[in-house]
Amino acid sequence: MRAAKGVDLRSQFGFHTIAIVCLVVLYFPLLILIVFSINANDIVAVFSGVSTRWYEKAFYNEEFHNAARNTLIIAVSATIGSTIFATLAAVATTRVAPWRGQNAVYMVINLPLMVPEIITAVATLSFFALLGRTLGFNFGIGNIILAHLVFCIPFAYMPIRARLESMDLTLEGAAADLYATPFKAFWHVTLPLLMPGISSGAALAFIVSFDDFTITQLVAGPGQTTLPLYIWAMIRRPMTPEINAISTILLGISILFILISFWIAQRRKAG
Amino acid sequence: MVELTGLPAVEAKNVTKTFGAGPDAVVALDNVSVTIQQNEFFTLLGPSGCGKTTLLRLIAGFELPTAGSILLEGQEVAHLPPFKRMVNTVFQSYALFPHLTVAENIGFGLKMLGRRRADRDAQIEKMLKLVKMEPMRNRKVHQLSGGQQQRVALARALAPHPKVLLLDEPLSALDLKLRKEMQIELKRLQHETGITFIFVTHDQEEALTMSDRIAVMSHGKILQIGTANEIYEHPVDRFVADFIGETNFIEAEVMQRIGNRGQIRLPSGIALARELDPIAPVGGKVTLAIRPERIDLVKPGADCQLAGKVENIVYFGTDTHFHIDLDTGGDVTVRVQNRRGFQEVLKQGDAVGLRIAPEAMQVLKD
Ligand SMILES: Nc1ncnc2c1ncn2[C@@H]1O[C@H](COP(=O)(O)OP(=O)(O)OP(=O)(O)O)[C@@H](O)[C@H]1O
Ligand SMILES: [Mg+2]
Repeated sequence: MRAAKGVDLRSQFGFHTIAIVCLVVLYFPLLILIVFSINANDIVAVFSGVSTRWYEKAFYNEEFHNAARNTLIIAVSATIGSTIFATLAAVATTRVAPWRGQNAVYMVINLPLMVPEIITAVATLSFFALLGRTLGFNFGIGNIILAHLVFCIPFAYMPIRARLESMDLTLEGAAADLYATPFKAFWHVTLPLLMPGISSGAALAFIVSFDDFTITQLVAGPGQTTLPLYIWAMIRRPMTPEINAISTILLGISILFILISFWIAQRRKAG
Repeated sequence: MVELTGLPAVEAKNVTKTFGAGPDAVVALDNVSVTIQQNEFFTLLGPSGCGKTTLLRLIAGFELPTAGSILLEGQEVAHLPPFKRMVNTVFQSYALFPHLTVAENIGFGLKMLGRRRADRDAQIEKMLKLVKMEPMRNRKVHQLSGGQQQRVALARALAPHPKVLLLDEPLSALDLKLRKEMQIELKRLQHETGITFIFVTHDQEEALTMSDRIAVMSHGKILQIGTANEIYEHPVDRFVADFIGETNFIEAEVMQRIGNRGQIRLPSGIALARELDPIAPVGGKVTLAIRPERIDLVKPGADCQLAGKVENIVYFGTDTHFHIDLDTGGDVTVRVQNRRGFQEVLKQGDAVGLRIAPEAMQVLKD
């Protein structure tokens, strides 16, 4: 069987070495992070016994709480908003007769993925500054939510559109045949079948917003510190393993989220 | 058999459907006109790509005709989208909703029509019983066999009690035994519900056994419309004769004509009086279509129209096929029922006479 499929990549010279190097570079630092988060010592790099004291410290850390709350508010709002927009955009770009401007629309939707983030950040900062100066608008934390929402759209858009494109159009035809208006057909057939795409889109948007640093750093005002900003600030003070504990918590939440969306997709597939 | 109650269920008037434009345009339907009566089991029969699905899609409202019009119960429906037409489809691929149960699939149309829950449930029960799927009401679609999915698709399309049911090759995915069962089942359902069925198939036997009337299609045109018997016994042209059942073709020469009657001469020199297509001139050729079972084998020299030699004998249980090389060139197939008679003693290479009743020789148009 395998021989018929051509050369097995695994038998190629250097394959194992490259694979091992990649895995080590990718996961060893994370392992160190986790191990040192249960370090009893005050100094990050010196391991002197197991302790949960840094988790306890983080648990009672007011600033950490505020940062976590901000992050969640921003990430959840941006995820909901961007997923809705991305779903609408995906439907509008796949369920229409082909038209001339279509490629341009894909470009416009996906462009933010290609623009360097620092550029987007500076541009967003200038935009809000202009808005504040000329019209007096300042939405506080809403500024960050708005910025996140917008740059999360292309991330949510990609899996949703992929799912729509692979969907059997006769199902929507069958719904129309059975007296479903276009809206009802979307609500009762397209949307439920789109759910796996939507949940992976939402998970992607959440992760992107949850750990964004560059844009948030520029747009955030006083009292709008998010977790990535807070960790950044901690590194610049004398470091303790508390930073490892907080980072590990962040990592845990990210993994949890991915697992949830993975589970939703699996459950949908199983029907 | 067919009750004519008022207006025809479906009419297509000079319908043409073209896909694309310019040099790559495909004419899927070419000036098609057909009237389908209420309560009729009407079959569209034709080879792949002849436009059967396209005609169904036009009736269901998924496509609009390039020219001509479609009428449902006398009403022009060009302005009505699919969800406003009391027409339901059983799709070739079934197109069942994978996220819903069997019962939810069947109830979908009624739900969209805004029927009350109690009415819906009652109708779902009725449909489950009709297609004998009661024990599987709570299954998801992927837990069903092909035949079961087919029955759910049928029940789903029947549940809202449409005026017309369109069935696009619904049996093509089934094995022979299940297919035969479903053919009988479909006839029963049509009879019990009194709904007009428009059935698409490329299987001529299926068409012959199930339909009140058949339209034979080729290359976007309807070549002939008629009952199974009419189409089988009186095919209008070579395509229809060849497509429906087995046929022998024999060339004959026109000797004289008076009005639309004339005399033709078989290759063996025997003359016959026949009704003739107006375009066949004296001295021209016409093609005769003769069904294999309408030819009798007799002793050579006896009173017969053609003569030849037995080239091959194939035994089929209920009947035997004789392939005969004609003395005048060409060959024919003769099908004889297996009972006592002359054919019992025939062997390969024997000379035989072929006796054909004049009415068994159908003069074709081309
Ligand atoms: N959307 C379309 N765009 C372009 N050409 C089409 C389209 N739909 C059908 N056709 C063409 O129109 C012709 C008739 O197609 P149709 O699907 O009606 O055939 P059919 O009789 O149903 O064949 P089959 O038995 O294979 O299902 C074919 O030549 C097909 O290629
Ligand atoms: Mg077809």
